[in-house]
Amino acid sequence: MVVNSVHWFRKGLRLHDNPALQETLNGADTVRCVYILDPWFAGSANVGVNRWRFLLESLEDLDTSLRKLNSRLFVVRGQPTDVFPRLFKEWNVTRLTFEYDSEPYGKERDAAIIKMAQEYGVETMVRNTHTLYNPDRIIEMNNHSPPSHLQKISSHCESTRTSQETVANHYSRANGQISDNHDEHYGVPSLEELGFKTQGDSSHVWKGGETEALERLNKHLDRKAWVANFERPRITAQSLFASPTGLSPYLRFGCLSCRVFYYNLRDLYMKLRRRSSPPLSLFGQLLWREFFYTAATNNPNFDRMEGNPICVQIPWDHNPEALAKWAEGRTGFPWIDAIMTQLRQEGWIHHLARHAVACFLTRGDLWISWESGMKVFEELLLDADWSVNAGSWMWLSCSAFFQQFFHCYCPVGFGRRTDPSGDYIRRYIPKLKDYPNRYIYEPWNAPESVQKAANCIVGVDYPKPMINHAESSRLNIERMKQVYQQLSHYRGLSLLASVPTIQEEAEPPMSDDSQASSSTAGQPSSPTPSPHQPTPAPSTPPNSEPSTPNTSPSAAAPGAHAQRKRVRPSGLPSKQKSKVKHTNQAKGVEQKTDEKQ
Amino acid sequence: MEWPPCAPCRKSPVTAQQAAAQCNSRSSDSQQQHRHFQSREGGGDAEISRGTERSKNSLRPPRMKRRLSRDREDSTSSCEGQTDSCKRVKQPEDSGDLLSNWARLPQEILLHIFQYLPLLDRAFASQVCRGWNQAFHMPELWRCFEFELNQPASSYLKATHPDLIKQIIKRHSNHLQYVSFKVDSSTESAEAACDILSQLVNCSLKTLGLISTARPSFMELPKSHFISALTVVFVNSKSLSSLKIDDTPVDDPSLKVLVANNSDTLKLLKMSSCPHVSPAGILCVADQCHGLRELALNYHLLSDELLLALSSEKHVHLEHLRIDVVSENPGQQFHTIKKSSWDAMVRHSPKFNLVMYFFLYEDEFGPFFRDEIPVTHLYFGRSVSKEVLGRVGMNCPRLVELVVCANGLRPLDEELIRIAERCQHLSAIGLGECEVSCSAFVEFVKMCGRRLSQLSIMEEVLIPDHKYSLDEIHWEVSKHLGRVWFPDMMPTW
Repeated sequence: MVVNSVHWFRKGLRLHDNPALQETLNGADTVRCVYILDPWFAGSANVGVNRWRFLLESLEDLDTSLRKLNSRLFVVRGQPTDVFPRLFKEWNVTRLTFEYDSEPYGKERDAAIIKMAQEYGVETMVRNTHTLYNPDRIIEMNNHSPPSHLQKISSHCESTRTSQETVANHYSRANGQISDNHDEHYGVPSLEELGFKTQGDSSHVWKGGETEALERLNKHLDRKAWVANFERPRITAQSLFASPTGLSPYLRFGCLSCRVFYYNLRDLYMKLRRRSSPPLSLFGQLLWREFFYTAATNNPNFDRMEGNPICVQIPWDHNPEALAKWAEGRTGFPWIDAIMTQLRQEGWIHHLARHAVACFLTRGDLWISWESGMKVFEELLLDADWSVNAGSWMWLSCSAFFQQFFHCYCPVGFGRRTDPSGDYIRRYIPKLKDYPNRYIYEPWNAPESVQKAANCIVGVDYPKPMINHAESSRLNIERMKQVYQQLSHYRGLSLLASVPTIQEEAEPPMSDDSQASSSTAGQPSSPTPSPHQPTPAPSTPPNSEPSTPNTSPSAAAPGAHAQRKRVRPSGLPSKQKSKVKHTNQAKGVEQKTDEKQ
Repeated sequence: MEWPPCAPCRKSPVTAQQAAAQCNSRSSDSQQQHRHFQSREGGGDAEISRGTERSKNSLRPPRMKRRLSRDREDSTSSCEGQTDSCKRVKQPEDSGDLLSNWARLPQEILLHIFQYLPLLDRAFASQVCRGWNQAFHMPELWRCFEFELNQPASSYLKATHPDLIKQIIKRHSNHLQYVSFKVDSSTESAEAACDILSQLVNCSLKTLGLISTARPSFMELPKSHFISALTVVFVNSKSLSSLKIDDTPVDDPSLKVLVANNSDTLKLLKMSSCPHVSPAGILCVADQCHGLRELALNYHLLSDELLLALSSEKHVHLEHLRIDVVSENPGQQFHTIKKSSWDAMVRHSPKFNLVMYFFLYEDEFGPFFRDEIPVTHLYFGRSVSKEVLGRVGMNCPRLVELVVCANGLRPLDEELIRIAERCQHLSAIGLGECEVSCSAFVEFVKMCGRRLSQLSIMEEVLIPDHKYSLDEIHWEVSKHLGRVWFPDMMPTW
């Protein structure tokens, strides 16, 4: 029987360590590699020009590599559900392969395509390579729930080895027909074709593609070997700038296999150190990625607050004006503005810088929802994986994973610690370049003469700080306390929560029945959950309600608010309840059992 | 925390007794449930009218029944005298003649059941029949209410429906005793809270809380408007015991009104960041409210006189004093408090907690921690110097909890060791942007040992040295704590 294979690239834009691609080649008579892209969608999607450029460069690179194997990349315009029936017929396809996508949206899309393929009699093969481990397997091994902290990820599974076979060996004998007008129909589009104006800014920092990724990997390993220090690297001013050995965008698009990265690091460590097991910190970034992928895989609402069982419901402010100032780097805090400028210009910022701006937007200063910040990162950040982006934002805004919240990064002091001379700020906010070091993080405190000498008057040439940090962090800590104290009796989370109050005793003793209902929601700082706050699972499981008000056709009526609130699984369904108990101590116990295993 | 039993009622002596028996013997588990249901208030008339629709819906009764039967289990298991009425409840299920029998449920039992139900369910139930509708309006069910005032444009939170607010003011304002307002950052919401307050003329509140869930908006109101609304409550209530008015434009004259009407009952007063109050204003409260046990205010209101007033013989023991030390403008000079005043405080209330939040620039700490201070909980919200932390180690013998959000680039080794040495009660510590060498940290933990119940240290804080690497420190610290411990981490991404 004739085997006509199609490999569908989505992420995993590489030829190396690509088992799904190998499956495509295996005994095939014709092979075509496709990437499906909807140019109409491109303009409207919330994805910035840097990310598109990176993607297109990666596709160009794939096409170049495939040419060397006498093949081409087929960039098909349209939506997968429309494109595939056409391709199946036109190319008489018998086999479809692609890399497993663990994210809820991807799973849904792929399920539809697999079903469609079945209807056309097309065999589908899917391989998991975007993450080190199979998220479902980790969940299974962790008693059917995603691990609650990082240390557990690695203890559960050993990653599968990379496939060492190279695609090239197989490729030569199986090529799909390349027509003369291939470029016209299936060429990689230009940014202009996608509706982006590019006025000659060719000086972008991150060049997409597998070739670049592998070069960077080599440099990365050289540097690691040269430093020969596999402990957490000290963060210096230099760390804030884009590094020629940075890899995160390449992992995001799959230009670099995370397994190849993992095993290269491991082997290098064992070669140099002669110690059997490398420390966890060696793989920090990779493991965080696994952690968030696992947390998100079964949670379609992972990227929002409402309806997200792991997310604490926090009453963030709506403040579009402040959000815009943050997103466009006009906060008046040079450290924050420099980071946001770098992000917009280059598409990458250091993880400490991410912490700084995320904290500033959410719990630290502006009290704006992490969802808004996540969307800005989604647009601008080259390495923004859906799961990792949402998960990190929840983490940094103290909305999930229960980190301490007492600690707010200071928009002045934090940057100064990392880069005392302010070179980073001078690079991204040239207006401030003549400020002396002393004032570069807080130009509003510079005397007028200094401002004049630096040719930059605060309030005229550079904005005044949009907020009083001391005051806002004081308020926000109180708000966080309100939120967390309402989460049952949870006290382990933060030190602040242990600050006592006589609240309960402030009411007269309950000797007579007139005090009957004093215990209800009227006591704001008692641990009583308010109606719209997360309620530790009520005894009636939400889904056992025979009729949910949501199904009522008049849900838009004035009462719809309160009705919706009931449909929502009371903020935190029972899963969360157990999560809440994961104090540090509980963490410890879990860890212990892990180690016994 | 002990959860108070829910209301029995006393219309007929027999049932009141039974109910009391029930209350006393209720398991903690059911108290828990009680809390959840009670707390899910909110909603409004719209639901009530929807309720009519819904109660016709055949799907509705099963749920109701389930709740009832669970409630019944609690009751039957806990009190014998209740069996008769329980049977009565049970009967309808057997006979199938549901409606007529449900309607005959005594009010006392209905009330008892209603207390387990969230407002929304009570509203649905109130549509069933006249009797249930009457039960819905029983005063016992309206003692406690939390008004949530949020504008869709400025908050993600839902709001208490305006119709429900109207109804409460009309029919239940005289029943209200425990009231709080949760207000978002919009002036409209603060405005709305004031409107409600000024209508509470015929009620006697025991607790009142004005809670800003976002940027405080009460400060944006015209002061006179806010004051006149607040004093309505002060004047009419006369028995306020708990008052939370942080971040509001409350002023000295209004505090005088508070004192004039509620001095015998006031136990708790939280008024952090109320810029219109002067030291004299708060002193007047301390002088006359001898039952005051918890007080929260900003440092600029703290005076030697205030501490002496709080430790006068007539005064009960103070339990908690929270002080926010906020820098209003750079370079501000702060006054000092005499050691003798603090000593008087400790003599009078030996167990009181002194909680201090510092939000100062490093160079503003001059007057602080020069003398011994009885602080128990210390929170440094901004960068604090090594030197100040050194003074903390010397002068804070009662310290229980210490949080340092940031410090310079030099390791805090000696300072921590000294704190471990001299602060014998220290049981919780959190370190943010600081540096400590791994060996010093291990030494610190060793000295404090298992009394460290909270140890939140950012991973970056710990600097590996010749003795310990980062992997080793987790074992070493766990060993001394007697439990498994990890540093706090931020994702690398």
